[in-house]
Amino acid sequence: MPGSIKDRVAIAGMGCTKFGERWDASAGDMLVDAAYQAFEDAGIEPKDIQAAWLGTTTGNTGMTLSEPLRLPYIPITRVENACATASDAFRNACYAVAAGIYDIVLAIGVDKFKDSGISGLGNGGVPGPSHAMMVESAPPRQFAQLATAYFARYGLSYEEGKEMIGRVSWKSHKNGALNRNAHFQREVSMETIINAPMISSPLGLYDCCGVSDGSAAAIVTTPEIAKSLRKGKEPPIFPKALQISMAPRDGNYNSKFDYTHVETTVRAAQAAYKEAGVTNPREQISMAEVHDCFSITEAVTMEDLGFSPRGKVREDIMSGRFDLDGAQPVQLDGGLKCFGHPIGASGLRMIYEMYLQLQGRADELLNPGKPSRQIKEPKLGLTHNLGGSPDGCAIFVGIVGLEGV
Amino acid sequence: MAGITSYGAYIPYYRLPRSVINAAWGRGGGRGEKAVAGFDEDSITMSVAAGMDCLKGTDPRTVDALFMATTTAPYKERQNSTIVATALDLGREARNTDFSNCLRAGTSALLSATDAVKAGSLKSVLVTAADMRLGGAAGEDEPAFGDGSAALLLGNEKVAVEIEGNYILSDDLADYWRSHEDTFVRHWEDRFGRETGYMRIPVEAAKGAMAKLNLTPKDFAKLCLYGPNTRAQAGLAGRMGFQPEQIQEPLLDTVGNTGVALPLMILVAALEEAKAGDRILLVSYGNGSDALVLKVTEEIEKIRDRRGIKRHLEMKRALDNYGRYLRWREMVSLAPPARPSAIPASMSAQWREHSSALPLYGVKCKKCGTPQLFMSGSSTRAHICVECFAKDEFEPYRFADKRGKVASFSHDYLAGGIDPPATATVVDFEGGGRGLFNMVDRAPEECEVGMDVEMTFRKLRYALGTHTYFWKCKPVRD
Repeated sequence: MPGSIKDRVAIAGMGCTKFGERWDASAGDMLVDAAYQAFEDAGIEPKDIQAAWLGTTTGNTGMTLSEPLRLPYIPITRVENACATASDAFRNACYAVAAGIYDIVLAIGVDKFKDSGISGLGNGGVPGPSHAMMVESAPPRQFAQLATAYFARYGLSYEEGKEMIGRVSWKSHKNGALNRNAHFQREVSMETIINAPMISSPLGLYDCCGVSDGSAAAIVTTPEIAKSLRKGKEPPIFPKALQISMAPRDGNYNSKFDYTHVETTVRAAQAAYKEAGVTNPREQISMAEVHDCFSITEAVTMEDLGFSPRGKVREDIMSGRFDLDGAQPVQLDGGLKCFGHPIGASGLRMIYEMYLQLQGRADELLNPGKPSRQIKEPKLGLTHNLGGSPDGCAIFVGIVGLEGV
Repeated sequence: MAGITSYGAYIPYYRLPRSVINAAWGRGGGRGEKAVAGFDEDSITMSVAAGMDCLKGTDPRTVDALFMATTTAPYKERQNSTIVATALDLGREARNTDFSNCLRAGTSALLSATDAVKAGSLKSVLVTAADMRLGGAAGEDEPAFGDGSAALLLGNEKVAVEIEGNYILSDDLADYWRSHEDTFVRHWEDRFGRETGYMRIPVEAAKGAMAKLNLTPKDFAKLCLYGPNTRAQAGLAGRMGFQPEQIQEPLLDTVGNTGVALPLMILVAALEEAKAGDRILLVSYGNGSDALVLKVTEEIEKIRDRRGIKRHLEMKRALDNYGRYLRWREMVSLAPPARPSAIPASMSAQWREHSSALPLYGVKCKKCGTPQLFMSGSSTRAHICVECFAKDEFEPYRFADKRGKVASFSHDYLAGGIDPPATATVVDFEGGGRGLFNMVDRAPEECEVGMDVEMTFRKLRYALGTHTYFWKCKPVRD
C-alpha cells in the first residue's frame, strides 16, 4: 500500500528569480539568486544544506549547482523529467527528508535557454533513424493537434474554439501584468490574441508560452525544524501529495488516444487526490498553477484535473471561474504563458506561487500601482506539469497547503 | 512470350502554368503547363510512386529485380534502385540496377528486363523511369522540362503487352549533355541536333525495327514517340511514314518533357486506351535511338485499375506562384532560417530500421491481433504489444498500402521548412493502427478531422550530402 507524503515534510523557505529573457544572467547567476532568496526566507546558511536536488534540462551533473553556490562535497542529484523536472527534484528532496536520511535539503531548478540564438526551443537531438525526422518535433505542432481534435469532438467552430483558448491567455496576461517578476507584464485584448499571427494552427502567437530563463528554489525540512525556523513569521507550507505519472508514449500509434484529453494527467491527479484526501477537486482545491505551455493545454487540463466536467471547460473559462477573482483561480502569477517557462525551474516556480498565496505574501511581488493579487484564504493549492507532448508525457501533480488542512 | 504484365505511372500533384514562368520573366503567353515535383520529391520518390501504381495487386516479394532508369539520380554512389526497391518492399535478393546517364535509359532498362525475363534468369522485373531535370531560370528548358515517372512490370505469364522485337542504334551525337559539374543541360547549336540527330536517328531505328519484323506503319495502332516539342514530333512521325492520328499524344502540354520517363509515360498513356491486337511502336531518343515493337493482348483488360497517366492528369493543383517553385528547386538564395541546421539521419540507425521503416512495416500482435505502427524516436521495432502487453509476439504488418483517416492535425508555420506550413497529421489506418505523418499535396483549408488519406514516399530532408526518406500522407483524390 503506497504511503502518503501528507504533512510529513515542510517547506521552510523559497526563492524565485525574475523569469524572462535574462540577457543579463547566466544559469549560475540565477541559481545563486534563487537559492540565497530561499536561504534568507528560511533563515538558514548554505552550510546547513545536507543534500540537494537540481532540476535542469540543460546542465549536466550536480556540479551545475555545486560550482556557482560553492557547496563542497555534499550529495547533489541532477534530475531531468522534461517540464516536470523541478517538481520531480522537489519530490525526491521531500522523500529523502521523509525517509529520515536528511534534515534540511535544497530543491532547486534552473534553465538558461536564451543564449541559443533562436526563438523557441529548436529541434535538437542526436541523429536517429529516418522516421524520427518525419515530423518536426516543435511543441506548437504537438499541442495544436490537441486543439484540432478537441474542437472537432465537441463541435466547436473554429471561431468558438479560438475564443475559448484566447480567453485562457487573456486571463494569464491579466495576472502576469500584476507580477513584477513575470516574463510578460502586459495585458492583451481578446482581439489582439485572436488575430495574432498563426504559429501552428489553430494556435496563434498568444496561445504559446514564452521561452524564458529563470530559477526557483525550496528548502525542504522536517515539520519540527520548519516550525522552529519560521517562528514569528508566516507558517511553513506542507506538501499533501506528490505524484508523477509516465505515459507509455503511445498516443501517436495507439488509436485509443483521443487527442482531446491527456490520460496521464487524469491518472496523476487521481493518485494525488487519494494521497491528499481530496474527494471533490472542483470545490476543495482553492487555486492551481498548471502547465499552460499552450492555451489549449490549460483548457484540457481543467477537465483532466476534474475542475471542469468533460467537454464543458468552455463554460467555466468564459464565465471567469479560473480568473484571479473567480471561484477557482488558475495561473495566479501568469502561468507559463506570462510568468515564463524555463523548463527546469517551472515546477518549483508554481509551488513558489502557491507558497506565497498560502502565506498571504502574494503582494510581495506586486507591480507598483496595481490592485492586490492576493486571493482570500486559500486552503489547498495544486501544481501540474506536463513534460513532453500530449501523445506522450511525464506528468506531475502536487498539492500543498497549510499544516493539517 | 516475355512482355509487360502491368503498368503504372506518376505525375506530381502540382502543375506550373507556362504563362506563370513567362510572366515572371516579362514574357507574354505560354502554352500549357508542366508537372512539378513537390519540394520533397525526386527521382527516387517518383519511382516509388509509379512502382506502387504498377504493383497494385502484385505481391512485391514476387518481383526479382528493380531496374531504375533516371538521369537525375539523387546519389552518384549508393544504389538508388535499392532505396526504391526497399520502399516498395521487394526482397533483399532482388537484383537491382541503376540505368542512367542517357535519355534512352528507360527503354534500355525495358530491353534489359525483357531479355532477362526471356532468358529465364529473372521471372519478374520492375522497370521504373523517372526524371526531374532542372531547366535554368529564364532559359528555354525551364518551361519545357517537366517531372514524372512510369513503371512497367515484365514477366512471362499473363502478358498484357508482348514485346515482338526491337532495333537499337547507339550514336555519340552530343546535341545536349550534362557533365559531372553541370546543374543544367548544355546544348550544341539546335539545328545540328535537329537535322542530324532527332529528325534522323529515330527514323533509322523505327524503319529498322519495322523492316526486321516485316511491318509497315499501317500495322500500328499507335506511335509512342519521344519528342522535345509537338511540331518536331509530328515532322518526325511523318518521316517515319506515320499519319498524324497514329501519334500518341506526347504529354508536352500537360506534363512537359520528363526526360528518361517520357517515352514510357507516353506508352502507359497509349496502353490505357489500347485494345487487344493493337500494335504499338515505341521510340526513344538520346545518343542514339531505341525502337520497340509491342503488341497488346486480352490481358490488358485485367490491369485497367491503375492511376496511370489519365487519372494522375486529373489530380492536380496549379502552382500559381513562381517564387514558390524557385524555392522548391533551390534556385534562389534564401535568407538563412532562424532555426538550427537540419541534420541527416544516422546511417547506422537507418540501416538497422531498413526492413521496417523504409517499406513502412509495423506489426500485428499474434495474441490479440492488434495492428500497430511503433515509431519511437529511436526505433520502429516494437517489443511490447500496445494493447495486450505480450512481449515479442508479432508478425510483420505493412502500412504503406493502407489508407487512413485523419484523427487530428495542425498547420505549423514555424517548423514548416521549405514549404510552410507543415501539416502534421495523426492518421488512424483502416484495419487498425495509427501514425504521425506530415501531410503533403494538400491545401491547408481542405484539411479536416476524418478526411481520407493515403501514404506517399517522400524525402524528409537533404543535409550533409545525405537524402533522408520516409513516408508522408496525402489526401485520397479518387
